Order: sequence, then C-alpha cells, then structure tokens
Amino acid sequence: MNKTSDNFNSSSIQSSALNSRHLIALEKLTCKEIELILETAREMKKVFIASKEGTRSVKKVPALQGRTVVMLFFEPSTRTRNSFELAAKRLSADVVSIAVSVSSTTKGESIIDTVRNLEAMACDIIVVRHKSSGVPELLSHKVRSAIVNAGDGAHEHPSQGLLDIFTLKERFGSIEGLNLLIVGDILHSRVARSDIWGLTKLGAKVTLVGPPTLVPQGLEMPGVEIQYDLDSALPSADAVMLLRIQQERMESTFFPSLREYSHRYGLNKKRLSLAKKHCVVLHPGPINRGVEIDSEIADGPRSVILDQVTNGVAVRMSILYLLAGKL
Amino acid sequence: MNEKIVIKSGRVLDPASHLDEILDVAVIDGKISEIGKSLNAEDSKVINAEGLWVCPGFVDMHVHLREPGQEDRETIASGALSAVYGGFTAVCCMPNTDPAVDSVGAVRYIIERAKSAGFAKVYPIAAITQKSEGKSLTNMASLFEEGAVAFSDDGRTVMDALIMRRAMEYARGIYTNGISAPISLHSIDENLARGGQINEGKISAILGLAGIPSCAETIAIARDIALAELTHAKVHFAHVSTKNAVQLIREAKSKGISVTAEVTPHHLALTDSELIGYDTRFKINPPLRSEEDRAALCEGLKDGTIDAIATDHAPHTQIDKDLPFDSAPFGTIGLETAVPVTYTILVKSGILSPLKWVEALSLAPCTIFNLPGGKLKVGAQADITVVDPSADFFVEPDNFKSLSKNSCFIGKKYSAKPVFTFIEGKCFSLCL
Repeated sequence: MNKTSDNFNSSSIQSSALNSRHLIALEKLTCKEIELILETAREMKKVFIASKEGTRSVKKVPALQGRTVVMLFFEPSTRTRNSFELAAKRLSADVVSIAVSVSSTTKGESIIDTVRNLEAMACDIIVVRHKSSGVPELLSHKVRSAIVNAGDGAHEHPSQGLLDIFTLKERFGSIEGLNLLIVGDILHSRVARSDIWGLTKLGAKVTLVGPPTLVPQGLEMPGVEIQYDLDSALPSADAVMLLRIQQERMESTFFPSLREYSHRYGLNKKRLSLAKKHCVVLHPGPINRGVEIDSEIADGPRSVILDQVTNGVAVRMSILYLLAGKL
Repeated sequence: MNEKIVIKSGRVLDPASHLDEILDVAVIDGKISEIGKSLNAEDSKVINAEGLWVCPGFVDMHVHLREPGQEDRETIASGALSAVYGGFTAVCCMPNTDPAVDSVGAVRYIIERAKSAGFAKVYPIAAITQKSEGKSLTNMASLFEEGAVAFSDDGRTVMDALIMRRAMEYARGIYTNGISAPISLHSIDENLARGGQINEGKISAILGLAGIPSCAETIAIARDIALAELTHAKVHFAHVSTKNAVQLIREAKSKGISVTAEVTPHHLALTDSELIGYDTRFKINPPLRSEEDRAALCEGLKDGTIDAIATDHAPHTQIDKDLPFDSAPFGTIGLETAVPVTYTILVKSGILSPLKWVEALSLAPCTIFNLPGGKLKVGAQADITVVDPSADFFVEPDNFKSLSKNSCFIGKKYSAKPVFTFIEGKCFSLCL
C-alpha cells in the first residue's frame, strides 16, 4: 500500500455491504445502505482532501486497481462524467469513456448489444447515462457487470441525490427534520426524484415548488409537500435547491416565458431574505444565471454549489468502491 | 368431412338460448346436427367432454395479424393458428398493416391468405380513412362488399370531428341484412396523449415516464358518443380502459344511443403497478390503468355496459421490445391467454356467470359485427370451443404458437384452458 492509504480507514466499512450489485435508484436503497455510502464517502473525501488547509500531495488509493470502469454516456454531460471519471481514477481503476457520437448506436446497434460488446472486453462497472427513463434498469437485467445509473430520463440520478444529502449532512450534521425546497421543473427532473427518496428515507421533509405544469401531483407522498408559491414556502426552508430550466426537454408549453418564470421562481437576494438565516442554496448544475438563480446568490456565502461538486467525487468514489466489493 | 363427431357429456353453454346443461353435441358435415341427451355415437368419433365446457366458438373482434408488411411479428397464418390454440374459431383483424387495409385488394388478400392457412376464420376490418391518416374516407362501401366486416383506424384516433361525423354518416348507408356497417373506434385524444408512455398517475410520476391521462380516453369517447347520437351510426368502442369511459357508455346506452364496447383481458386483469421495473411487455395502448379503473371494467362487463372481450393481440419482436422504454412499441399478444385470464378474473372469482362469460367471448362480438356464429344451434356451422375449467398453469412463452412472445401474462398463474377448437367441424386437439 502506498503512503496515502493510511488515512483511508477501510476496515470500518467492509463489515457491511450494499444489497444489490447495481446502483439504479435511491428508491431501492434502504436507510442503512444510504448511510453506508455516505459514511464511506466521508472516508473517500480524506483521500483527496486531507484537511481544511488543502489537498493531499498524492490523491489516489489502489482500491480498484485492475478493475475497468466504463463511462457510457448517451447524453451530453461534463460534470457527472468527469466526476465519475475522476472518482474511478482516484481509486486506480482503468477508465474508458465511450462518447455516444462515435459509438455504434448511431449505426443502429441496440443498446443491449453495445453493452454486451463492452462486457466482452471484460469491463467490471458500467456507468450509464441515457435520455430514456428505465435504461439502467433494462441493462441491469441483461448484463453481468455492475450498472451505475448516472441519470436516466426523468427517473433518477442517484449519485447526485447522494451528494446532495452528503452536502446537507456536512453542513447540518443531521438530515432528520430538515426541510429542503426543490424549486423548478420537477416533472422532468431525475435529481428531484433521487433527492425525494433519499431525503425522506432519512427523515427530512421535501417541499416541491414550481408552476403546477411542472410539479406532478403523483409525487405527493409522506414527507413530500407541493407548493406553487415560492415566497410563501421560503420561510420554512433549511435549504433551497434550484433546478435548471431545461429548455431542451420542453416539448410543449409548460410556462409562458422565461421572464415570467424568473419573476415567480427565480432566486434573488430579496427572496432569499425570506428564508431562515442558516438556509443554504444548492444547484445540481449547470446553472442558468439570471434565470433560476441570480449570480450574487450562486457566488454568495450561502451557496454550497461548489461543495456539491467536491462532494460528488467523494460520493462517486464511495459508490464505485462499494460496488467493486460485490464483483 | 363426412365424419360424424359426438362431443359427449360436456356442460353445454349457449348464451343465445340460455342453455346450461350436461348434453351431447353431434356434428356432421361441418354442421351441428343434434344437441341432446345420450345421442347415438355409433360410427362416430367420440370426444369425452365430461368435466369440460362446450361453448359456441369464441370470436376475437380485435387482433393485429401484421400481414402484410410486418411478417417478422406475425402472419395471417401464424395469427390464425395462435387463435385456434387460444380457443378462438374466428378473429377480426385490424387494418393498421403496412400498407394499411384501405383498398379492395388488401381486403381480398387477407381473406385469401386466411383461407389457404385453414386455421381460424379471419374477418378483415378496413380502414375508415385512407392510410388511417384521418383525412379522407376510404371506399367504404366497396370494401364492405369485398368482405370487410367493420371499419376502424385502430392505433390512431380520427381527430377531426367532422371527418369522424362523415364516416359515421356514410357507414349508416352501408348494409348487410338491414344492419349498418359497424365502426370500431380507438378513441384517445392524441393531443392529450402525445408523448405518453403509461397511465398518468403516481407510478408515472415516480418512474419519470410521460403519462397518458385517463381523460384522453373519456374526452374522445364523449365526442364519439355525441356523434353516434347525431348520426345514428353503429358505433363500437375498442379496448375501453377507464372508469369514466365505462360510465359515459353506460349513460349513452341508457339514452338509447347505438353504442357497444369491448374490453381486453389485460385491462381486466392488470394495473399500472406492473410497470414498476420498466418491463416493456406492459407497455400497452391504452395503458394499464389504476385498480379503480380495473374494477370498473369488471363491473361494466357484469352490468352489460361492456358487451365483449377482445384481446387487441399486438405482436412485437423481442428486438423491438428490448428498446429503451420510450422507444419500445405499445402492445401485448393475447390470443393464447384470453380464455384462462378472463376465466380466472371473471368466472372463478364469481363476477360473471359462465354463460355471461361465454357470451362476451362469442355471441356478443358476433352480434356487434354481424358475423355468423356465436350460437350452438342445430344446423349452424360447427364452430365450437371446448374448455377445461379445472386446469391450473403458469403462462410460458415457449408454448405460444404466435410468432411473437411479448405477453404481459408470462409467469403468471391462471386457470382454465381451451382443449378442443372446432372450426366448421374440423377438430383441433390442443392438449400438448
């Protein structure tokens, strides 16, 4: 073992494990599994961030040496793909990135064939993103590798949900009893669904806020509340997460104009003053400055947006490490 | 064909005459020659039907046989064989083939292909509009004269209410035996349903799949009931799937408007909870609905609001069904599971009497589409389905005669199996 591993306390982790070979959805995880991933992520974060003063000189451990992780992204992504890639590399895995434009799917090869071909080259973990809900689930029934869902349609984005929870836990110490506002296009948001499952399982409350066209009634469940007016929802919030308005998913008119959306749901300084003093602001990125969030909020003291990015790598290292333990 | 067959000691169920008794049925020259007690079976082939139900041949008024154009999914021959093994003596095939059945030649082609196959009878349904595009009417009278038994743009809704009105009005003037040509309607508002994958509700919200709201059906059916009232056409609603639609049809019937309706086995048996797991075998249009809707469909059959059971047999290849959920095609096959599924859901559970169940599978579709059959009557063609109600089994795809295996019932347990299908006296023994 190299000298960077001395702070990496793996013995406390290996005693428990995930139930499934795959990570498809937070809906399917137990509280215990979520806690395990978060706890492991805390250890992982020490690998590349030694202390508040700075990073370690060698930001790497050999935990996944000899393992091959494939990034299979059928949809554009920089943040999530880079984060997973970095996570895999910091665990010393071999990483292959398949860009969809150069893969065979443009030639009509089915997605199952694509994955089976990758498997024939002996990969261990496939990190997949696809615009259609359900693709990671479909693949998990057809292949032997571990499938990690890096976002499927409007279904789930479990690693994002976990890093959001990790960031809130880091900030508040405990998740239980917190109220997270998720503001914007809930209908098309896989992040919102993962956050809902993860947070409610850990005892937090989630309030969905947006125009009724973008907040499906079907998501109302224990621990989840729906509100259409941001100003009246803000005073009870411990954290606010703004969702990106994804123009590319808007197949028909969900609201009259971006201007009107911003007027009712954009987070600015004045609005944020309605919230509690300790209220923090999250965003899964990439942000539309001036649409759902003002620059002075995004870059301001209450923003934990960059913490989310840092924590994303730790959480993804944790996910890959724990799944590799089941290979 | 001079052979005499005696089906001995079965429970003979004939809804037309309200007959429900242990009797023998004799068949000579493809016709029913006698129904009675202890018939003379000398020089006859005897089929011991003790413990079995002897019914008028079942008729499926809504299937997709994919020929011409998509013969990798099903052909007229394979579909007609699948029908026989499902206990159906006749099927009516929808016109959304490639090309669509909107020409006299296409109608003739189907009739001839079915004849040469020699399995279940196949009655073609012709398109309402050319290419089923909802724009201009087909030559409906000529298609009807050639042998089309009804009209439908199934798979699509005629969204232009004026075109729909004209089709209904025009069909009223096309007769056989004084009965107007029926129109079978796929009524789903295409604007509301656009992009939809499954029933809109809690499950679509959780899965992140676009929903098809139940009102997409009720709005279209309400419109078509209004048009039926205006035109006095013979309007039939295909694959009704929602509670509100059942209520609309119930009210229309009580007002004396000429409407009828069918329901599929899958809408009677399953709900959208099956979709958890994204299994595309459950991706069906109209979608599997809520438990409340499912219960209302059973109730609709019981009180006569819904007349018939039809499968909407929709074969698809495994390659197509293995696509990402939102790219996979809609549909489930149904011919070889309809009898066990509906028996189990409706009869075994006590919702329908055996006679009423048999009626929904035979007499009702024949009456709606003005087809021969549907009755066990001396002198009638010997189209007979014999069912063993005591069989219990799990549905297995390997047993299907259909070219496709996309059944939403695979792995589920049901009771009752068709054991003999007689088509004009020709006996198919289905026991494997």
